[in-house]
Amino acid sequence: MASSASRAEVLRRIRIALRDNPQPAPIPRDYDVSRDLGDLIDVFAERVADYRAIVHRVRAERLTVWIDGLLEARGAQRMIAPTDLPEDWLSPDVEWQRDSPPLSIDAMDSSDGVLTACAVGIAETGTIVLDAGVGQGRRALTLLPDYHLCVVRAEQVVGTVPEALARLDPVRPLTFISGPSATSDIELDRVEGVHGPRTLEVIIVQD
Amino acid sequence: MARNPVTWLGTPAFPVAAKKALTDTQLRRNLRKATTTIRGKRSLAVGELPDWEDLRRAGEAVKNEVLSNLDSYLERLERSVTARGGIVHWARDAAEANEIVLRLTKAAGADEVVKVKSMATAEIGLNEALEAGGVTAIETDLAELIVQLGKDRPSHILVPAIHRNRSEIKEIFRREMPDAPATLSDEPRELAEAARAHLRRKFLTAKVAVSGANFAVADTGSVVVVESEGNGRMCLTLPQTLITVMGIEKLVPSWRDLEVFFQLLPRSSTAERMNPYTSVWTGVTPGDGPQEFHLVLLDNGRTATLADEVGRAALRCIRCSACLNVCPVYERTGGGAYGSVYPGPIGAILTPQLMGNLQDKQTASLPFASSLCGACFDACPVRIDIPKILVHLRGKVVSAKGKRGPEAIAMSALAWVMRDPKRFAAAQRAGSLGRFVAKGGRIGRLPWPGSKWTDSRDLPVPPAESFRAWWRRTRG
Repeated sequence: MASSASRAEVLRRIRIALRDNPQPAPIPRDYDVSRDLGDLIDVFAERVADYRAIVHRVRAERLTVWIDGLLEARGAQRMIAPTDLPEDWLSPDVEWQRDSPPLSIDAMDSSDGVLTACAVGIAETGTIVLDAGVGQGRRALTLLPDYHLCVVRAEQVVGTVPEALARLDPVRPLTFISGPSATSDIELDRVEGVHGPRTLEVIIVQD
Repeated sequence: MARNPVTWLGTPAFPVAAKKALTDTQLRRNLRKATTTIRGKRSLAVGELPDWEDLRRAGEAVKNEVLSNLDSYLERLERSVTARGGIVHWARDAAEANEIVLRLTKAAGADEVVKVKSMATAEIGLNEALEAGGVTAIETDLAELIVQLGKDRPSHILVPAIHRNRSEIKEIFRREMPDAPATLSDEPRELAEAARAHLRRKFLTAKVAVSGANFAVADTGSVVVVESEGNGRMCLTLPQTLITVMGIEKLVPSWRDLEVFFQLLPRSSTAERMNPYTSVWTGVTPGDGPQEFHLVLLDNGRTATLADEVGRAALRCIRCSACLNVCPVYERTGGGAYGSVYPGPIGAILTPQLMGNLQDKQTASLPFASSLCGACFDACPVRIDIPKILVHLRGKVVSAKGKRGPEAIAMSALAWVMRDPKRFAAAQRAGSLGRFVAKGGRIGRLPWPGSKWTDSRDLPVPPAESFRAWWRRTRG
């Protein structure tokens, strides 16, 4: 079959190309794995907001009140929830659609928004990582709705990118989110709001 | 063998194309504005990390490790992807990769694919090949869309429409986008909104998506796409079938290695702390995303590049485009003059090596499209010594011309002159005559064969007296 012949040929070409037997130097890991950034939550909140996401810091016992209030202020009526989102996060005044059985593309596209948890927050870069774990659901859920409300617990926030990667399992589907969808394609100036959610709102929960 | 589509057929050699581009004042204004903006932002983003140089050295070393053992890392990647439900294909050249993608698309019952911006698929001319096979490729990245609608060519690695300003983009949308609002202004926000509305239906109904890959992890089989707009996420998440075309050099050994590149890439390319979206997927995840995943591993001149002990460093490139943004030549000529999907300093070393044909005049002109100022090396996040490779390739271009090339003849003439002190002194006296054709301290034009040199360069005026003559006169 053509494919296995191509495979053999590409590998053969590589082995011929490397006949000089290059000896690469060991990889120097002198860069910082962690760094003193001051108060991680302060830095995280500031840098997420820097991308023009909306950031709130609330105490754990006030979380559900905040969720209710934000959804009401936005006028959200039909919201999407991953199957395993905590029951008490679901505001009573909103119609919730759980992703079970899986929602259709049109149902996701026509909703007013989605509420999720997250896996990791990265302070230095203002990034939220979703790994399809508890309270996050499959990737399409946080993509099609125009509004994403994301709850980040303070203990999920790490300082640096290396610290975040160490906490993540690469074989899970991962999405790193840094602000609302944006483009720099017109004169290299960042403009928010293209295909992903145009509004990203983040609630940081501290005990 | 079929021609490598990495360069565009019919593009003149760089000096000719550059001369034409330089007369386009609109182009020069657009480029100056865009590159000045991004240079300023990049230095802020890079300056924020105290360990930037350490990250660069690590990035360089990771890529060298991969390249030095490329065969075993590729085999490892193939095993990991297959174990997670993906299907791996190997393509020796552009034609083979295109044929694989077309066949897979048809097998999925689609006559349309949505695409997330990918240099690899641009390099192999995939859109044109699909078109010929009856499949429509829809570019979904804003800049790619601008290029596609404007029936234009990309001129930058990251922002293919960098040569267009907002009002030109507005005109293209009004003309070519049937659903563009009649009131569309040149406000970037409105232009982005128009693209969102235009592509929405396509995303929601597409059966097949085609992507490139920024990285793949050999150990785990994980593939990474780094993007901004969310069009990548749409392509990687919604369709049933995903076909990813990846150059064989895009590997890293392990997950941990990405901690280096997730810092180097966004700060070097869009000059952000992090790009809006980075997606990582491994094979097929039941119930989440495409249920059929194909990974096409592309050679197309990469193994030939790997065979050059100096030139192989170009394969470390992570396509950030920082070298374009800092290059004084690129800033003035724009990307079009390079006649390749890879313009700028990296293009000047990558394109000729992927083409592998230094007899081709256009290809052979690219290593000379540089003043060797070195700004590209300083900006490169994986420390590719671009000036060194440019000089190396210039040498190869000259050797390829053989003993009858103008450089060879000039050099042997020079050798004859310099072998004899009398001949050398006479030549120096003759050189001083150059003063008579100089204007304002520069020589702009010499008679043939000197015109070969002065057509694209000025010369400083030679001194009235050579050092040897002065020494004899004052100390002799």
